[in-house]
Parts: sequence; C-alpha cells; structure tokens
Amino acid sequence: MRPFTYERPHDVASAVALATGSAGAKFLGGGTNLVDLMRLGVEGPDILVDVSRLPLDRVEETPDGGVRVGAAVRNSDLAAEHLIRSRYPVLSQALLAGASGQLRNAATTGGNLLQRTRCSYFQDVTLPCNKREPGSGCPAREGDHRNLAVIGWSEHCVATHPSDMAVALAALDAVVETSARRIPLVEFHRLPADEPQRDTVLEPGELILAVELPPSPLAARSSYRKVRERTSFAFALVSVAAAYDGSDVRVAFGGLAHRPWRAFTAERAIREGAGFAEAAEAELAEARPLRDNAYKLPMARAAMVQVLEELAG
Amino acid sequence: MAATTLSITVNGEPHELVIDTRTSLLDLLRERLGLTGSKKGCDHGQCGACTILVDGRRINGCLALAVAYDGAEVVTVEGLRDGDSLHPLQRAFVAEDAFQCGYCTPGQLCSAVGMLDEAARGWPSHATANVAHDPDLTPQEIRERMSGNICRCGAYPNIVAAIVDVAG
Repeated sequence: MRPFTYERPHDVASAVALATGSAGAKFLGGGTNLVDLMRLGVEGPDILVDVSRLPLDRVEETPDGGVRVGAAVRNSDLAAEHLIRSRYPVLSQALLAGASGQLRNAATTGGNLLQRTRCSYFQDVTLPCNKREPGSGCPAREGDHRNLAVIGWSEHCVATHPSDMAVALAALDAVVETSARRIPLVEFHRLPADEPQRDTVLEPGELILAVELPPSPLAARSSYRKVRERTSFAFALVSVAAAYDGSDVRVAFGGLAHRPWRAFTAERAIREGAGFAEAAEAELAEARPLRDNAYKLPMARAAMVQVLEELAG
Repeated sequence: MAATTLSITVNGEPHELVIDTRTSLLDLLRERLGLTGSKKGCDHGQCGACTILVDGRRINGCLALAVAYDGAEVVTVEGLRDGDSLHPLQRAFVAEDAFQCGYCTPGQLCSAVGMLDEAARGWPSHATANVAHDPDLTPQEIRERMSGNICRCGAYPNIVAAIVDVAG
C-alpha cells in the first residue's frame, strides 16, 4: 500500500477544503471498499480525509414527510431503522441483501454510493482497464464478462455498478445532497461513454452530506429481489427494486449497467396497461448483451415480473 | 512512512502507540500487541476470520485502518472470556464440536457475539420475510447473519447448533 497522510477534520467545510486542495486526496468512510482497493494498488491516495465521524450520522424525518439519511449512517443502522423498514421496505431489503453483517456495520451511506465496480480487470493492476488507467483498453469486452453490463455500456467500458442500496434509491426517487448541490440519484451515477474513469457526476472535493427520500405512499408497497450465485454474501447477477400499488409503479434494475438502471420505459408501459413481461421486454429492447451474458435478459425480465406480481397479490 | 499516534483500548487494556497510517486493526492486534487470536484469512473482508468487536459491533479487522479507530474499545477472541470462565459461545462451540481446524473459530465467535446483540435489538436480515417486524432468531436467520464467516472445513451445521444453544 502506498504511504498516505491521514486527516480527520471536524466539520464539512474543513473536509471539503482538505480534499479540494489536493488532487491526491480521497474521502474515507467505512473503508470497506477503499482500503481493499488501496491494498490492491488500484487506489493510491496521498491524503485520506476521514469523514466517518462528521456529524452526518442521523436518520431524520423531513418536514414534508420524507426521510433524510446522513452520509455517515452505517448500512446496518439504516437497514434496521424502523422508519425505513415500514415506509421504504425496499431500501431495508436492498441493504440487507448486500455484503455481510460485518461489512454493513462499517460501510456508510455515502461510501456505498461511491463503491467501485467489482469487474476483475479493474481490480487487477497487471491488466489493462480504461476505468483504472484511461486509454489502456478494455479486455473485458472480449474476455471474462459473464457478470458485466448488458445495457448502456460503451466500447471503453462494460463494468456494472455493484451497489444494492443504490438500486433501491433509484426506484425511490432519492436525491443526493452534496456540499455543493442536490442531485437526483438517477443522475448521480454516469454511463461510461468515453470517460469510464468517472463513476459519478461528483466534482473533485465534492462531499456527499445526505440522501433524501421523498415522501411516497407507494414506497410502503415495495420490494427488492436479488438473483445471485449463492443465497448470501455475493454480488447480484441481476436485481430488481420495485414499488407498485396496482396503478402507479417504480422499477429499477441492478447488475445490468454502469449505474442503477431506472426502468422508465417499463413504468410507462405498465401505467398504460401493458403486462409486466411486456413492459420488461420494452425496457430491455435496447440491451446489447455481450458474448457470455445474454442470460441476464430473461433473468431480469423474470425477476421484475416476480417482484411486481408479489406486490400486486 | 507517515506515522501517527493512536490511543486504543483492547480487551480492557489501554494502549498509546505510534503507528504507520497504513496499519490495519488486524495487523496492529497481531503484530504490535501480540494478540494472534484474530486470524488473517483473505485480507479482503471476504472470509471473516479477522472479525473483532469494535465499540460492541462486529467488523472485519483487515479492512479497518487502525488510525481511523483512535479512541475505540476493541474486543478480540482473547477478551471474550470472563476471568477463568469461557464465554457461553466458546463453551457451546466445544460442546457442539463447532470447528475442525479452528482457523475460522475466533472470527466465528466474535461474529456470533455481535450477531446475537444485533438480533436482540430486533434487527432484520435478508432471511426476514417481513422487515417491518422484528424477526425470531431461527436457524435460517442465523445462517444468513453468519454468512460473512467462511468455514472451509464445513463445520456450519455445528456452528449453527452452538449459536442456537446460546440464543435459546
């Protein structure tokens, strides 16, 4: 691991100033992904700015009946929060489907949004990767891409975003509040295009302060379904977050793209009377599966139909 | 090397140390404090052999930078016993034959202590049918909640039995 200096500022302004002042600075939350990537040599910050103890650890109701989740709230605490379990069950379920008990106890809300892809080429510094080293190439397109993207990818990168939590947040119309602005969650993560090194729209030194969940009667009838190679402690092949009350609907997919994939086309189709399978087909019509991952399309369709039928029943 | 000072309490004993900022809590325990109960399996947070309790919560010691835990209270497998008495989970692991090679056992024990506390507070899990309600700690719940601890000898049935014994 490369040497680094460690800073633990006491307020947001100092944290932002420290990170803005140095190109080699990184914010540290729970460290469950960043420390691993530093050990692998994928990340090598000069300065770690520890924001895990900033006063951003509250889950609060907002005046309009929504919920504001501080960026430093741990994944396990958020999943256990009664406000979330009763009003936004899909979020609690998505958090609990991710990682392990130990990791959820350390991982933060902000850090979960900023975790990097688990693409094996990205994590192996002896191989080319446009996300890790822009311009070096993407061996995944012709290589081992069984669990990589089927939609929204570019010739430069076919990585998927690994978060479960973010998929639920995409379905819930969440908003990310940063030190500079408010960003809808569905616009927070990028598609790779010709800059796969940029996972999100955050600017250097911009710090996530909170995630806001708008009030949503629909969200009380919501659910998360994760399809993976074993029952627990594995990343998604495909996942679906959905809310449905018989007429209005929200759907987002995980495991398909470089960002949580909000299924606006499928939602519109369902509101206009289409069946769930037909709506899923419409959403996935623009998919371009790679040689070895076309299996994700029928899997995504089946998972979406199953979740919505359960919510309808 | 970037050095920094650290105050940390381990198994009730306070320590003041100068450390390299890159030091993990796991390496601090094993290499600096001689507490080799916590094991290094994968060093990537995937196996759980390094599980320790920090301020009462179970985490992976391998992914924790020690410098970020300044002021924390850490409990390792060496600190679970009460005087000369083994922790009830340690006794149950012996009674139920819940290990073979024993390498994962310190992590299993610390993880189980933390997990039982989470369950007592009503936390749901991925195995919980309706997350709006506090679940009962069934064997299925225990298996899900312990999935961050790998046992390559495959002692899982007896590990679950030992935890059931203590959970009641």
